[in-house]
Amino acid sequence: MPNPVDAETYDLAACVAELTQLHGTSRDALLPLLHDLQAQRGFIDEDSIRALARALNLSRAEVYGVVSFYHDFRTVPEPRLVVKLCRAEACQARGSEALAESFRDERVALETVYCLGLCAVGPNALVGERVYARLDAEKLAKLAEGAL
Amino acid sequence: MIRISGDALALACGADEVAAEFKRLGHAVQRVSSWGLHWLEPLVDMDGEGFGPVTVGDVAGILGGDKALSIGQIEQHPFVARQTRLTFARAGKTRPLSLEDYAATGGWRGLERARQLGPEATIAEVTASGLRGRGGAGFPAGIKWQTVAGAPGAEKYVVCNADEGDSGTFADRMLMEGDPFQLIEGMAIAAHAIGAKRGFIYLRSEYPQAIQTMRAAIELSREIVAPLTLEVRVGAGAYVCGEETSLLNSIEGKRGEVRAKPPLPALSGLFGQPTIVNNVLTLAAVPHILADGAQKYAELGLGRSRGTMPIQLAGNIKHGGLFEAGFGMTLQELIYDIGGGTASGRPVKAVQVGGPLGAYIPPEQFHLPFDYEAYSGADALIGHGGMVVFDDTADMARQARFAMHFCAQESCGKCTPCRIGAVRGREIMDRIIAGTGRPADRVETLPQMHNARAQDRTPVDDIALLTDLCETMKYGSLCALGGFTPYPVMSALRHWPQDFGLQEVVG
Repeated sequence: MPNPVDAETYDLAACVAELTQLHGTSRDALLPLLHDLQAQRGFIDEDSIRALARALNLSRAEVYGVVSFYHDFRTVPEPRLVVKLCRAEACQARGSEALAESFRDERVALETVYCLGLCAVGPNALVGERVYARLDAEKLAKLAEGAL
Repeated sequence: MIRISGDALALACGADEVAAEFKRLGHAVQRVSSWGLHWLEPLVDMDGEGFGPVTVGDVAGILGGDKALSIGQIEQHPFVARQTRLTFARAGKTRPLSLEDYAATGGWRGLERARQLGPEATIAEVTASGLRGRGGAGFPAGIKWQTVAGAPGAEKYVVCNADEGDSGTFADRMLMEGDPFQLIEGMAIAAHAIGAKRGFIYLRSEYPQAIQTMRAAIELSREIVAPLTLEVRVGAGAYVCGEETSLLNSIEGKRGEVRAKPPLPALSGLFGQPTIVNNVLTLAAVPHILADGAQKYAELGLGRSRGTMPIQLAGNIKHGGLFEAGFGMTLQELIYDIGGGTASGRPVKAVQVGGPLGAYIPPEQFHLPFDYEAYSGADALIGHGGMVVFDDTADMARQARFAMHFCAQESCGKCTPCRIGAVRGREIMDRIIAGTGRPADRVETLPQMHNARAQDRTPVDDIALLTDLCETMKYGSLCALGGFTPYPVMSALRHWPQDFGLQEVVG
C-alpha cells in the first residue's frame, strides 16, 4: 500500500502513471488502482475517476459505477479519525449496539463495518489497519482520543 | 520456549505488548499462530503450559512462578483435547511464515504426492475423500474439479474465496494468518489437477493482517508452487462478493454484481474461462487428503458430510474460539459442554448458525447433529460453520429486522426480490416492532385500483405480508443473499412469535 500523500503537493497524473506501471492498464487492475489511490489521498474524487477512466480506456460511468458499488471507497475526504465499529450479529450479541448509541464524540467518524473476524472477543473496531477488541464505552472513548 | 500468538485477534487483545514485556525481561518469544482459545487471548505458551488472558502486569509474576492464570498443559485442555485437528493441526505450534516449520510438520507432502499421482488420480483422490465445499453450499469438491478439468478453455484458473464476510466466522482468517502455506499448497494441488497456471486469492479488506501474511507467504513459496503464480486481490467492503460469481466480477474490476447461472463458473468463470472457486477451508483440507490418503479423511464425519469442520464459537459465549471436529456433534455439546454457555451468565435464547443468512435455532432444537443434511431438514444451514450465541436479552424481532437491513445494505441490486424486497422487509419489520399497522394510503383507495387492498393493515396482516415476501425472496432471488435472508427472519418468527407481538406459533 502506498503511503498517504500531502494534499498540497499531490500530483494526480503522476500518481496514476506510477500506479499503472505497477498494476497495468487492463480492466482487472481497477480495484487495486482504486485501493492505492485511496490509500494515498484518502478519497476518490471526480478527477481521480476521470484520470483512471482515461488510463484504463473505460468510460467515467464505468469507473464511477465501481467506486459507488463498494463500501470502502469514499468520494469526499474524511478529515476526522475514522473508527469502524463492527455491528454484525456476533458483536451485537456482545453489546455493540448500546456502545454505538451511547458514543458521542464529534471529532470522530464512527462508521459501521460488518465483521472483522474476531467474533468471540467483541465488540471490535478497526482504525486504519489496527484492530481493537473487547471494547466498552471507556475503551472506545480512549480509542477515539488516540490514547489506546 | 515462550510462544505467543501473532494473529489479528491476539494483537487486538494486546499480545504485542505482552510479548514486548517478556522480551524486556530478557526472554526470547516466538510469535506463532493462534490455538483458537479466544477467551484466553493473549495466551502465553511456556513450554506447553498455557497462561491466559495475560496482561503486561502479569508477566513478571508468571516468570516468577505465579500459577493463577495457568490453564495447565494446553494440549490437555478439554477445549483442545476434544478436537480432531486436521486443517488446524499446526495451530498454536508453528510460525506462520516459516518454511522450515511448515516442512517439518508435514508440509508439501500432499503436493509431492499429487505430482506423483498425476492430475486425474489427484482428482479421484479428492472425490473419494467426500470433501464438500466448506463455504456453505457443500458442493462436492471433486466433482467441481472434474468439471473444470474436462472443460475446454485456453486457460484455467484457481480462485480461492477468502471473502469471509459472515459474522461469527473467522476460520479462514485464522488459517491465512496462522498457516498460509497450507492454503497455498491446497491451491497448488488444485492447479496441478486442472492444469492452471494462475491463481487468485480474493481476500476482504477487513482482514489487513491476513492480506499481509498471505502476500508474504506467496513470495516465500514462489519457487515451490511454480509454474503456478498466485496473487492476492483485496475486496472493498462488499459482503455480496463472497458469492462466487460476484467475486469473479470483482476480480475482473467490475461492480460485484451476481451473474446468473448457468453458465457455471466451472465452465465459464474468471475472464470467461473454466475456473475452480473454492473456499479457504476446502482448499486447506486438500493437502491432508493427498498426504494421508482419501480413506483416512472419509472415515471421519457423519452420513454424507465427511471429514472435519472447523466450527467457530462466537458471540455471547463463555469459551469462544475455533473448534475443529468431525461432523455430527450437537449444538447442546458445542454450546454448553465446550462453549460453557453464555459469557454474560444468562440463559441462551438463540444460536444463529451459518452467518447472517443462517437460521436462529432455539434451545429446543439443540439436539440437531452438525451435518449438512440434518440442518437443511430443519430449515437451517450450517454455512461456514459459525455459531453466534445470544442470551435472553436478545429481541428476535430486532434480529429479524437486522437481517432485512443487512440484506438491503449489501444487496448487489441485480435482482428485484433482493434489492426491493429487503427494503420493504425492513419497513414491514419496523411496523411490526412499532405495533402500529398501516392505514391504506391514497393510491390504494383510488377507485381505479381494483386489485389493491383498501382496508387498513393490522400487525397480523403485516406478518402475513412478511411471510409472503420471504417466500418471494427465497424462490425469486438470484443468489443466497436474497434467497437465504428469509432463514433468519422466518426462524425468528417461527420460534419466538411473542417477540413479534404474537401469542402463538405461526405456521
